[in-house]
Amino acid sequence: MNEVSFVVNGREVSGEVEGRTLLSEFLRENLRLTGTHVGCDTSQCGACVVHVDGNAVKSCTMFALEAEGSNVLTIEGMANEDGSLGVIQQAFQDHHGLQCGFCTPGMVMSASALISENPDPSEMEIRDYLEGNICRCTGYHNIVKAIQAAAEATRTQAA
Amino acid sequence: MPKDFGVGASTKRREDVRFLTGNGQYTDDMNVHGQAHVHFVRSEVANGVLKSVDTSAAAAMAGVVRVFTGADFEGVGGLPCGWQITDRHGEPMKEPAHPVLAQGKVRHVGDPIAAVVAETAAQARDAAEAVSCEIEEQPAVTDMKAALGGGALVHDEIGSNLCYDWGFVEENREAVEEAIRGAHHVTTLELTNNRLIPNAMEPRVAIGDYNPSTDESTLYTTSQNPHVIRLLMGAFVLGLPEHKLRVVAPDVGGGFGSKIFHYAEEALCTFAARQLKRAVKWTASRSESFITDAHGRDHVTKIELALDKDGNFLAIRTETCANMGAYLSTFSTSVPTWLHGTLMAGNYKTPLIYVNVKAVFTNTVPVDAYRGAGRPEATFQLERVIDKAARELNMNPIELRRRNFIGADEFPYSTPVAVQYDTGNYQATMDKLVDIADIDGFSGRAESSAARGKLRGLGVNCYIEACGIAPSNLVGQLGARAGLYESATVRVNATGSVTVMTGSHSHGQGHETTFPQVVADMLGIEEGQVNIQHGDTANTPMGMGTYGSRSIAVGGAAMVRATEKIISKAKKIAAHLLEAPEGDIEFKDGSFAVAGTDKSVAWGDVCLAAYVPHNYPLEELEPGLEETAFYDPANFTFPAGAYACEVEVDPETGKVDICSFAAADDFGNVINPMIVDGQVHGGIAQGIGQALLEHATYDDNGQLLAGSYMDYAMPRADDVPSLVVDHSCQTPCTHNPLGVKGCGEAGAIGSPPAVVNAVIDALERGGHSVGHIDMPVSPSRVWAAING
Amino acid sequence: MYNFDFERPSSLADAIVALAQEDSQALAGGQTLIPTLKNRLANPAKLVSLMAIDDLQGVAVGDGVVCVKAATTHVAAAAGAAGSFPALAELAGNIGDPAVRNRGTVGGSLANNDPSACYPAAALATGATIVTNLREISADEFFTGMFGTALGDGEIITEVRFPVPDAANYQKFEQPASRFALVGVFVARFGDRARVAVTGASEDGVFRWVEAESALFGNFTKASLDGLELSPEGLIGDIHGSAEYRAHLTKIMAGRAVAAC
Ligand SMILES: Cc1cc2nc3c(=O)[nH]c(=O)nc-3n(C[C@H](O)[C@H](O)[C@H](O)COP(=O)(O)OP(=O)(O)OC[C@H]3O[C@@H](n4cnc5c(N)ncnc54)[C@H](O)[C@@H]3O)c2cc1C
Ligand code: FES
Ligand code: FES
Repeated sequence: MNEVSFVVNGREVSGEVEGRTLLSEFLRENLRLTGTHVGCDTSQCGACVVHVDGNAVKSCTMFALEAEGSNVLTIEGMANEDGSLGVIQQAFQDHHGLQCGFCTPGMVMSASALISENPDPSEMEIRDYLEGNICRCTGYHNIVKAIQAAAEATRTQAA
Repeated sequence: MPKDFGVGASTKRREDVRFLTGNGQYTDDMNVHGQAHVHFVRSEVANGVLKSVDTSAAAAMAGVVRVFTGADFEGVGGLPCGWQITDRHGEPMKEPAHPVLAQGKVRHVGDPIAAVVAETAAQARDAAEAVSCEIEEQPAVTDMKAALGGGALVHDEIGSNLCYDWGFVEENREAVEEAIRGAHHVTTLELTNNRLIPNAMEPRVAIGDYNPSTDESTLYTTSQNPHVIRLLMGAFVLGLPEHKLRVVAPDVGGGFGSKIFHYAEEALCTFAARQLKRAVKWTASRSESFITDAHGRDHVTKIELALDKDGNFLAIRTETCANMGAYLSTFSTSVPTWLHGTLMAGNYKTPLIYVNVKAVFTNTVPVDAYRGAGRPEATFQLERVIDKAARELNMNPIELRRRNFIGADEFPYSTPVAVQYDTGNYQATMDKLVDIADIDGFSGRAESSAARGKLRGLGVNCYIEACGIAPSNLVGQLGARAGLYESATVRVNATGSVTVMTGSHSHGQGHETTFPQVVADMLGIEEGQVNIQHGDTANTPMGMGTYGSRSIAVGGAAMVRATEKIISKAKKIAAHLLEAPEGDIEFKDGSFAVAGTDKSVAWGDVCLAAYVPHNYPLEELEPGLEETAFYDPANFTFPAGAYACEVEVDPETGKVDICSFAAADDFGNVINPMIVDGQVHGGIAQGIGQALLEHATYDDNGQLLAGSYMDYAMPRADDVPSLVVDHSCQTPCTHNPLGVKGCGEAGAIGSPPAVVNAVIDALERGGHSVGHIDMPVSPSRVWAAING
Repeated sequence: MYNFDFERPSSLADAIVALAQEDSQALAGGQTLIPTLKNRLANPAKLVSLMAIDDLQGVAVGDGVVCVKAATTHVAAAAGAAGSFPALAELAGNIGDPAVRNRGTVGGSLANNDPSACYPAAALATGATIVTNLREISADEFFTGMFGTALGDGEIITEVRFPVPDAANYQKFEQPASRFALVGVFVARFGDRARVAVTGASEDGVFRWVEAESALFGNFTKASLDGLELSPEGLIGDIHGSAEYRAHLTKIMAGRAVAAC
C-alpha cells in the first residue's frame, strides 16, 4: 500500500492505495465521488474523463499514484459555488444533451476542456473533439447543440 | 403555439440536475454494508463438455469467501424463456435448459462456469484464475446454415439445432406461392440483418442482499423492468415468494432491450447472498458485457415481392433464419415471430403475405430484443426489396411506395398478417419528408459532390412499428407467459402534492419529467407538485417495465386512469364541502366549482379534507386520496413515418459519409416534443451504427472477433450528421386515453434501410450496379462491391 | 490487473536503476500499457513512471531536426512541432482523442510499435534517430516487426530526432472502431529523394514501400505511383478489411499524401 494525496475539486484528499488502483477507482470507491463513471476497459468510452491539472484525461487510464500532488477536477466540481448548474451543465439541460446520464459526466468534462482550448468551436470541431466520448442515447445531436450554446454563454460571460 | 407547461410542452428534464452534477445513483454507485464481490469464471471455448471444475486452490486464496459452481444449482431452476412459440406443425418450440452456472456443458464463449466470492473485487478476480476447469472442446457451430445442415449440436438432447419452424399466416402459404408464380414481376433479395451488441453505456451490475432476520432478499440490478425480474427469478429460478423478494433498479444507464432480460448474474448474486448471509456485488467489465449481454438482430433472410405491371404489390414471401444463440433468452423467441411477422405489411396494401422463420441454436451469446426488436428486421427487408423493385421496374422509389400506401381513409386497416392499424396517414408523412429533406434539391447536391469526386446517393424509406404490445388475452394465446398491462398508483398527499408510482421504468426516457406533465395537466396543478417513483418493487404496483416504446402508451394510460379515479373521488369530496350535488361539480384549473355559481373549493382544500376528514362524508366515502389503475390496451399502437438519408461515397476507398438525415414521424399526440426529438435522434444514430459500423462478428470457432470497442465500431459524434426530425404529422391513437403511439424505437427501425438505400443509389448513379451490400456497409465492403 | 510496485523517479539516472531490476517496466502515458494490464496480458513486478523526469519532456527545434523528448505527450508534441514540421504535428494531433493525447507519449508509441500506430510511420519515413540511454538507433534498425523493437531489457528511449523533410504528409485511413490506422502512409521528401512508410497494413508492422520510393525518385508526383501495385502478401486481413483492400488503400493513401505535400 502507498499513500497518495492530491486536490480534488479544491479539497485536499489522501488515501492508501495499491499500485494498481486506478484514479477512477480511487475517486469512486475511496472518495465516493461516483459521478465519474466507468463504461469500458479499453480506454475508449470517455465516461471517466476528469481534468488533471487542467487537462482532460481518462481517469480509468491513469493510476491514482500518478495523480500525486496534482489538481483534479471532476463532475462534482462543475456546479457554481451556490450549487446551481454551471454554464455547461445548464446548457446540457437546456438542450436535452443527456438521456440516461451515464456518459454525461465525461461529456461535460470534455466539453469544458474543449471550450477552454477553443472558445468558439464549429460543429465539426465539436464532433471531432468528442472522438473519445461515446454516447449511446442521444445520437450526439443535442450534445453538440449544448456545447455550442455553452461556448457562446462562456464567451458572453467573459466579455 | 408551443406550450410552456403540461402536455405538449418541452419541459426541461428535472432528472438532469442529478445526472449533471454527478449525483445520479446507478447500481454500481451503491455499496451495501458488508458486501462481498463476485467474479465469474467463464468459458473460453464455444462448445465443450465440462468434465470437472476444481475450486480448491481458489477457495484457499486470500479473501475468498466461497466458490459456487453448477453443482450448487442442481436443485434450482434454470433461466426461463417468457414466450412459447408453436411451430408450423402445431409443435411447441424446443426449450432446452439454461442453468445459472454451466452443468455438464459449456455452449458459448462467456458461459458462466463458476462464481468466486471474495472480500474485494480484485481478490475475486485473482482467485478466479485459480479455478481450473477441465473442458473437452468440441467443434462449435456459429453459422446458421451449418447449424441446420448437420453441424455440431448445441444441445445434444434436442437432436438438432432447430428451435422452431414458424409459419405465418400458415393458411396463406399456398395462395402466396400461387400469386408469386403468376405475377408480372418478382423482385428477390437475399440479405443479412447484422448481429449487434446493444452496448448501453452502463455495464450491467447486480447486488444481492439478504436480511436473515426477516428472511427477505433484495436485488439491486440494472434492469428495465424490476417486477418482471422479481417474477421470473422468484417463481422460476430461486423459488422465492414475491413478498420475500424485492427488486430495485435505481438509475439505469441505458438499456435498449439488453436490460429487459433476466440474467444468470442476478440469480447468482441473490442466491449467494442468501447462502452467505451477506451482500454480494457483481459489476460487469465492458469485455464481459460483450460476451454476456444478449445480442440483437442476426437474421438471414430471403424476401420476394410480387408486383403487377403497374407496380401494385401482390404478395410478399419471406424466409428467415433467426439466430437464438446458445440458450433462449427471456423474450428471444417472440422477436423473429410476433414482433417481426406481424409487421411485414409495412405501410402498404399487400393482399397476401407469408412469413417463415426458422429459429436456430448456435454456440454464440443468446440473442434477444434490441431497440426495435423484430420490427427493424421486418422494415429493413421490406424497404430494401421495394427499392430494388423500383430499380428493376425503372420506377421512382417514392412513387412506388405512394402507389401502394394504405390510404388515409382506409383506417382502421386489417393487414394480412393479423394486425389492425388504427390510424395513420402515410402520404402526409411522405409529403412532410419530401419537404424537410429537400428532396427536390438533391440533384444539385449530387452535382456538387461529383465535382469533388464523390458519389452522392439518396435513400428513402418508410416504416411502421407496433408499440405497446397487447392485449394480454391475445398475447397469451400467442404464447406470451406474461401479461402486458401496466399499472400506476396516484397518491395525493394531504397538502395537495402528488406522488405517482408507476410500473414503467425510466433509463433515459425522462419519465420523471413527462409523467408529471400529464398528471399536472389533468389536475390543474404545477408540474413541480407531482413526483414519480419507479424502479422499486417495494413501492410501486406490479408493472411490466419499459421496452417496446410502451411507457407512455401503456404506463401513461394507466396513470391517466388512476388520475381519473382521483378526480372522480375528489369531486365527491368537493360536492360535500360545497354542499352541492356531485353532478354539478366542475373541475377546472385546479379548482372545484358548482356549475353556474361562483362557489368553489380549491384542490388543496379537497386534499386536506380527504386526510383530515372532519367535515367529510365518512358514511359514504373512505378518507384518503389514493388510487391504483391497471391498464391493458385494446390493441398495439402503430407509429409510422418516412425517412431520408443522403450519403457521399468515396469511390477510391469505399468510405461512406452521411451528409444529411431527415425523419418525418407520426407518433400521434406528443407529451414533450423535446424528449421525443431526443428519442428519435438516439434511435437514428443506432440505426446508422447498424447500417455502417456495427457488427458482432464470430469466427468459426465461436470466438467473438468484435469483442471490444477496438473492433466493435460504435457510432461516434463525427459518424452522425446533424439530424432533421419532425413529428408534426399526427394521427392520434384511437384506443388509449392520451392518443399517443410511442416513439422510443422508431429511429432505430426506420433508419438502416434509408442509409443502405442511399449507398446503393450512390453506387448505381456512379455506374456500379451492385444490387445490395450487407450491413454494416463498411468501406471494405463497399470497395469490394465496386470491384467485385 | 495484477498488482505491482510503483515508482516515479524524477531523474533519468534513478529510472535507469529502477528499470534494471528484474520484471520492472517503464510506464509513460499508460494509454497502451494500462489497458494491457487490465486485460492481465502483462504482469510486471514494478512500474517505473517516466513522466516526472524533466529531461524527458519537451520539443527542441534546430539544425533541420525536430527533437521530441520521449515522455512528451502527443498534445505537447503537436504544439511544439507545429511551426517547424506541420506534418508531424498533424499526425500527433490526430492520434486517438484529446484525453489520450494528453497522456500518450512518443516514446511509448515507438517502444510499443503497434502495427497500426501512427508515430512509427513518421519515424521511419523521416529516417529518425531513436536515442536511448545507451545508444542511438536509426529508425530503419529500430522497428523489428509487429510489436517488436531493437530495445533491450530496461533500455529507455530518451528522445527521438526527426529530420525535417522538404515536404511531408501523413494520410491516415481510420479503422472504424479503434480509430487507429487501418492504413496510414507517411510520405517525406528530402530533395529529389522520397521516403514512404506504411503503417496499419503489414503483419510485420510499419514498413517502407521501396517501390513507391523509387517511382517517386526525381518525379515526386501522384501520377508516378499510377503503375504501382502493392502485393497483398504479408498484409493484414481482418474483419475490417482484407489484405487486398489494405494493399489498395496503401496506394490510394500514398497518392493522396504525395498530392498533399
Ligand atoms: C483510445 C485510444 C486511441 C488511440 N489511438 C491511437 C492512434 O490513432 N494512433 C496511434 O498511434 N496510437 C493511438 N493510441 C495509442 C497511444 O498513442 C499511446 O499513447 C501510445 O501507443 C503509447 O504511449 P504511452 O505513452 O501511453 O505508453 P505506455 O502505455 O505507458 O507504454 C507503452 C509501452 O512502451 C513502453 N515505454 C513507454 N515509454 C518508454 C520509453 N521512453 N522507453 C522505453 N519503453 C517505453 C512501456 O513499457 C510499454 O511497454 C490510442 C490509445 C488509446 C487508448
Ligand atoms: S471508462 Fe475510461 S474510457 Fe471507458
Ligand atoms: S446519455 Fe446515455 S450514454 Fe449518453
